[in-house]
Amino acid sequence: MIGVNGLTVQAKKRRWEGFRKAWYKFSRNPVSVVGLVFVLGVSFLAVFAPLVSPYPNHAGPYVNFAIGSKPPSLSHPFGTDAFGRDILSRVFFGFRYSLMMGAVVLALVVIPGVVLGLIAGYYQGTRIDTIIMRITDIFLAVPPLILALAITSVLTPSVLNAMMAVSLMWWPWYTRLVYGLASSLRHEFFVQSAEVIGASRFHILFRELLPNCVSAIFTKMSLDMGWVILIGSALSFVGLGAQPPIPDLGTMVADGAKYLPDQWWIAIFPAFAIMVTVLGFNLLGDGFRDLFALEEI
Amino acid sequence: MAGGRRPARRGRKAGEGERNEMSILRFLAKRLLLSIFVLFGLSVLIFTISRILPGDPVRMALGPRAPQWAVENMRKEMHLDRPIHIQYAYWLSGALRGDLGQSLVTRRPVSADIREFVPATLELAIFAGIIMAVFGVAMGAIAGRYRNRWVDNVIRVFSYVGIVTPSYVFAILFVLLFGYVLNLLPTIGRLSPWITRPPVLTGLVTIDSLVTGNFAALGDALLHLILPGVSLALGPLAQQARIARASISDNQNKDYIASARSFGIPGRVIMFKYLLKPSLIPTVSIMGLDFAGIIANAFLVELIFNWPGFSRYGIQAMLNKDLNAVAAVVMVLGLTFIIVNILVDLIVAWLDPRIRLGGERGK
Repeated sequence: MIGVNGLTVQAKKRRWEGFRKAWYKFSRNPVSVVGLVFVLGVSFLAVFAPLVSPYPNHAGPYVNFAIGSKPPSLSHPFGTDAFGRDILSRVFFGFRYSLMMGAVVLALVVIPGVVLGLIAGYYQGTRIDTIIMRITDIFLAVPPLILALAITSVLTPSVLNAMMAVSLMWWPWYTRLVYGLASSLRHEFFVQSAEVIGASRFHILFRELLPNCVSAIFTKMSLDMGWVILIGSALSFVGLGAQPPIPDLGTMVADGAKYLPDQWWIAIFPAFAIMVTVLGFNLLGDGFRDLFALEEI
Repeated sequence: MAGGRRPARRGRKAGEGERNEMSILRFLAKRLLLSIFVLFGLSVLIFTISRILPGDPVRMALGPRAPQWAVENMRKEMHLDRPIHIQYAYWLSGALRGDLGQSLVTRRPVSADIREFVPATLELAIFAGIIMAVFGVAMGAIAGRYRNRWVDNVIRVFSYVGIVTPSYVFAILFVLLFGYVLNLLPTIGRLSPWITRPPVLTGLVTIDSLVTGNFAALGDALLHLILPGVSLALGPLAQQARIARASISDNQNKDYIASARSFGIPGRVIMFKYLLKPSLIPTVSIMGLDFAGIIANAFLVELIFNWPGFSRYGIQAMLNKDLNAVAAVVMVLGLTFIIVNILVDLIVAWLDPRIRLGGERGK
C-alpha cells in the first residue's frame, strides 16, 4: 500500500512534526524568545542598514563639523560624533561588521574543527588522536584573545586580518567539543554495526557520528557568535581590527572613550549595541542548550 | 562476622590510598610532560607567527633614517640573517637560560622588562580573582538557595549583564561614573603621586606597603585596585555565579540533603558543610578558564586605567611590532596558565573524592 513516495511523505511529515514540537518547547522559554528577537532584530538592522538608518552616508568618511558632538536629540537619537556623523546610523552599520565577523569566523572554523574532532574521536587512543588533540592543546594554552592580538599585531590591521587571526585561534574549541562527543559515541552499537557491515570510514564519520553531534555544534555556534563578536570588538578597540572610517562598534567605543565624560553618548551607545548583540546570541544559545538537553557546552 | 570483615576492609583501604597517591603523582608527571610539550609547541607557533610578518622588524625599530650598516649590524646581532630554524634554535636556547632577547623598542632585555611589569598585573589579577571567587560563589549560593525568588531573579539578570558586557566597557563606565561624576575613586595608575612609595620588595604594592608598615600607601593602593579589579572581575564573577547557582540548586534536591534535614541538622550547617563543598567542584574547575579570561582582558583594561603592568606592556609590544617582546609575553602567559590549570586540577581533586580516589567509586 505504502509506496516509496508514501514513505518519504510520512518521513517529511514526521520531521515537520519534530520541528513544531521543538519550536513549541523553545517558545515556552521566554528568555530564549527574547534572545531570538534580539538576534533577528540586530540581523534585520544589519541587512537593511542603508534603508533603515536615517543618514546612511554617515557610515563612511563623512564630515560636517557644524553638527559635531551633538547630544541625543530628535534628529539624532544617539547624538553625533566629533565629525558630525549620526551615531544611530553608524551603530546600524556597525551591526553589519559585528555579524560579519562572527559569521565569517564560524564559517571558516567549524568545518576543520569538526572534521578534526570526528577523526580524533573515532581513532581515539591511536597516534592520530594524540597528534590532533595535542595540537589543539597548544592552541588552547593561551586565551584566544591574546593569540589573536599577537597575530593581528604582526599583520596590517584590517577587518579581514582580524577575522583570519580569530579563526586561526578558534577551531580547537570545536575539535575539543566534537572529540568528546565522538569518542563516547564511538563504542555505541550503531557505530559497531556500521563497522561490521563494512561501512566506509567516511560513512561512519559523517553519516553515523556527525548527525549525533549536530545539535551540540549548532548550540556552540550560537553561543560563539557572541564571543567572537566580543573578541572582534576588542581587537578593534585596541586598533588592531577594523580601521576608521569603518563603523565598527569596537572602534566607535574606543573613539568615544576619548571624549568621556562630557560627550558620553559617543562611546556609550555603541557599547550598548555590542552588549545587545552578544546578549541576544547568548540567550539564544542557552535556549538551544535547554532544548537539546545538552550539558557539555 | 562484622569483626571479621573490618580488618579486611581496612586493608583494602590502605592499599587504595597507596595507589591513589601513586595515581596523583602519575597524574602530575603526565601533566608536566604534556605541559612541556605544549610550551614547546606554543613557542614554535609564536616564533613562526612573529617571523613571518611582512616588513623588516630591524628597519622598523631603527627608523627609516638609520644607515644601512646599522641595520645590518643589528640584524647580525639578533641572528635575523640566518635561516628561520637556526633563529629559532638561538631563541630557544636563550629562552631556556631566561634570556628572551632584546626588546626592539625599549632596547632593554625583554626578561628585565617582564620582571618589572609582571608584579603589577599579578596584583591586579589576584585582586580580581579574589573578588570573582568570593562574590561569584556567594551570589550563586544565594541565588541557588532562594531559587525563583526575587533575589534569584536579580542575580540572574545581573549575571547575564556581566557575561555579555566586555570588560573594557565596564572599565569605561567605571571611569566615567566613579572617576568623573562621583569623583570617588582613583582611575589612573597604582598609587597617587603624593604618596610615599614603599620600597620594591615583591613588586606587589599592597604587600610591600604592608610589610614596611606604610599604611597610607596600602590604603591608596587598595583604592587604586578597586575599579580595574572590579571591571576585570565582573564577567567571570557572573559566570561563576551562574554555575554555582545551577550546581547548588541541583544538589539541594538530592537525597543526602533531605536526610540531613530530617536529622534536624540546622540549615546553616547543611549549607556550609554539606551543600557548598560538592557544589564548588564545577565552579572551581572553570576557575582556570576564568583566570585566563581575567588576564586576557587585562590587556584592554590596563590600557584604560593606565596600569603599568605586564598586559599593558604586552599590548604596547604588539602595537609596536616588538617581536621578541610579543613572543616573550605569549610564552609567559602560556606558562602562567599551565601552572594555574595544574593548581585548579589539584584543588578539584582535593574537593572531589571521586577524582581523589582514582575515579573508581563515583562510577
